[in-house]
Amino acid sequence: MDTASIDQIIDRHQGEASSLIQVLLEIQREYHWLPQAALREVGRKLKVPMARIQHVATFYKAFSVVPKGRHRVHVCVGTACHVRGAMRVLESVQDLSGIAPGETDLEHKFSLETVNCLGCCALGPVIEIDGKVHGNVTKAGIAGILGRYE
Amino acid sequence: MSKVRLKIDGRDVEAEKGMTVLDAARRAGISIPALCHHEKLEPLGGCRLCMVEVEVRGSARLVVSCVYTVAEGLTVRTRSEKVDRIRKGIVELLLAHAPDSPQLAGFAREYGADRNRFEPEPSFCILCGLCVRYCAEVVGKHAVGFIDRGIRKEISFVPEIAAKECDACKACFPLCPTSYLQAAFVLTGSLVFPGGGESVRDR
Repeated sequence: MDTASIDQIIDRHQGEASSLIQVLLEIQREYHWLPQAALREVGRKLKVPMARIQHVATFYKAFSVVPKGRHRVHVCVGTACHVRGAMRVLESVQDLSGIAPGETDLEHKFSLETVNCLGCCALGPVIEIDGKVHGNVTKAGIAGILGRYE
Repeated sequence: MSKVRLKIDGRDVEAEKGMTVLDAARRAGISIPALCHHEKLEPLGGCRLCMVEVEVRGSARLVVSCVYTVAEGLTVRTRSEKVDRIRKGIVELLLAHAPDSPQLAGFAREYGADRNRFEPEPSFCILCGLCVRYCAEVVGKHAVGFIDRGIRKEISFVPEIAAKECDACKACFPLCPTSYLQAAFVLTGSLVFPGGGESVRDR
């Protein structure tokens, strides 16, 4: 983490305390998580107490206070995907990435989560990576999909 | 400041505009139970024990009196069958979290709450926010705050600040209705300074 880029983000918001959430969102976008050192810097420059920042950073699902991978993999396990074999897809993603839902691999490449519906049940089973939806996923096709991400 | 007239438990009460129903009642000598209320602090509406029935233009509804401001011609009932039933339920739910709180035990006696109605789930903290607000608003140190939300919400000390400020202050300790706060403080101390550092040596 370099302080310069954090400072840049804070300066873009004129160091306004009311921009706390926007600042945190931008840091989250850049680093995929909110490192403690970054939060301390935000608190110092925006003059917001640490207790308040921690409250906000742990309240919203959009923020993570633990490291996340460069790519966020969401495997849908909603009803429609479930009956179309989501559990086999999930198993295969776990085997290939070596991580369980909620975890991040050591190279910080992937973070895996399960979700309950992505709203495109007709494409099930569905996995979403960095916001891009991959539909009609087969167990055999997963290695190819994951292989496209660096 | 302009005055507002309202009726609390059948008595005519005069209050200042912008005052909460709870403050107006207490000033008139009518007691309403509350765990998260403190006269020096901004109201939170966290414990819900101060729930009362208000009647506006003929229709009655339940409101949280510590965050509900008075209005001209308001009729308030601080004890009714409905209010008592709801307070009993709230006390029972809080008891599931903090079974040994002396204040809760007192309310349980008053409202006939059954301490075993709900499966005990001792988190010991009832999230009244007294410590968090006192530290932020009165002491101004922000050494303790909330983290997470919903069923995972809890209080958490900021170790860097707590290590510097708390030993000399501890003003929030007597405010805690469950004494969980002290436990959280000792726990933070022992996690941050394992083996007893500066902050936990005296205990």
